Amino acid sequence: MTPRLETVGMDALIVRLFDAIDEANMPWLTAADSALRAAFDAALIDLVPSYTTLLVQFDVARLSHGEARARILAALDGLEPASSQQGQHHVIPVWYDASVGPELSRIAERLGVDEQTVIDRHCARDYCVFALGFAPGYGFMGLVEEALATPRLKTPRQTVAAGSVGIADRQTAIYPLRSPGGWNILGRSAVTLFDRERDGYSLLRPGDRVRFEAVSRQAFIDQGGDPSPLEERQ
Amino acid sequence: MTRETTQGLRVERAGPQALVQDAGRFGVRHLGVTQGGALDWVSMGWANWLLGNPPDAAALEIAVGGLELHIETSGRLALAGADLDATLDGHPLPLNAGFEVEAGQRLAFARPVSGLRAYLAVPGGIDAEPVLGSVASVVREGLGGLDGRGRALEVGDRLGWRGAAGPARYLPRGVVLPPSAGTHLALVPGAQIAHFTGESVFAAFNSDWQVDTRADRMGVRLTGPELTCRLTGMVSEGIPLGAVQVPADGQPIVLLNDRQTIGGYPRLGALTPLACARLAQCAPGETLRLAAQTPDAARRAYLAQWAHWQ
Repeated sequence: MTPRLETVGMDALIVRLFDAIDEANMPWLTAADSALRAAFDAALIDLVPSYTTLLVQFDVARLSHGEARARILAALDGLEPASSQQGQHHVIPVWYDASVGPELSRIAERLGVDEQTVIDRHCARDYCVFALGFAPGYGFMGLVEEALATPRLKTPRQTVAAGSVGIADRQTAIYPLRSPGGWNILGRSAVTLFDRERDGYSLLRPGDRVRFEAVSRQAFIDQGGDPSPLEERQ
Repeated sequence: MTRETTQGLRVERAGPQALVQDAGRFGVRHLGVTQGGALDWVSMGWANWLLGNPPDAAALEIAVGGLELHIETSGRLALAGADLDATLDGHPLPLNAGFEVEAGQRLAFARPVSGLRAYLAVPGGIDAEPVLGSVASVVREGLGGLDGRGRALEVGDRLGWRGAAGPARYLPRGVVLPPSAGTHLALVPGAQIAHFTGESVFAAFNSDWQVDTRADRMGVRLTGPELTCRLTGMVSEGIPLGAVQVPADGQPIVLLNDRQTIGGYPRLGALTPLACARLAQCAPGETLRLAAQTPDAARRAYLAQWAHWQ
């Protein structure tokens, strides 16, 4: 493991560990995250892990760029991957339905199967949380099986309802809050992904694993879900 | 969320966007939570300094004007940044200065004369409950502000404070607000600049860039020569403040305080925090140049700005 350090701003460096998205990156990223947090301590402003990298933003009142660079290299010297048992496993209930997931039928048509088959296949495996971003608590997960891979909508929707479960290429995610979005929506979950009262705020963390579980409309409503149809693309 | 405070003012007309801001929200970006905070942190810092507040005390960021405030308690406030044609009971207010107000007076911001964003500081800072460590209002995320839900000021909102203004201070000679040191924006080149064509790198630093109308608290688009990067299929990675990303159309976007936390477009580098403050005051159509600066030079300039407020 030879990390590459890249200058990205006055007070920021990117630590590049890998080049491509891979579940096998996660134990290394988790270990690097812990090592860097410990090494920078109060001199750390923010640390943003992503699929293959970590962005380190440090306090320039305490460290120069050169000092930050040296601290990163020292922290990552002899790094060992974290235990793969570290992440949590979440089972997330989803109401899959064309009224809240307009692309469910489109993907089924493309594959020449019925909607239930698409649902079963989306629920058939554990997904790894690669990174958080886009919105608070939004986890980029994958990989969905190759056949389900669907490119982003050409024109993103102005509004995607909170809880919407979507696919983009081979990734899948849940929208934590109402926002614009270009992912292919299959259904909706009542789960609260970001909660300011929750310890740690976000339900999902990089390295966690997620399994989706299909539930009925009634179960979704009982869980507090809002069954209003997703407005169609303008 | 809002606590009743004895001193304050009430919003009579809200304008396009007046937001409670501080230095921003830190230590939670790994959860997808954006930074937020005052875009022109230099002007906010000076507004606070004029009252003897810490430079990052919560203040009001007033974009383009249209705001009218009814003063409920007498005291001293301060205003710095853009000239938004501010008046107190119809009389023009001095720019970048503290001023006395009396209960019943009306403080109004009409329209931008120069710059885009003015900062109103109140004694001790605006009283609001921090959310995830900050009162910075982020509308998109529903975090911060008076109600804790990130919304901009609305008619009827009460903005309170608990502190007392320190002894009167005057802006030191030589301080120009809004920050407008030349037309050059300092940019710390990033490692990915090596993947842009030589012509593009030359063009980036030797051409005029126009501030586009597509500009908000997330980012400001610049228009000019088309820049070409050889990197394709980039994996999303963390985005620092001021990152100058270049999407496929070759026109750069400078990412500011409310940017997304990760993204997958190649970057020339990042504007320095001082350059970001300057850019936040640039109206669409303004012409700018980019000038390369080392991280160490950028750091010296940044720390020198903070030293003014110690």
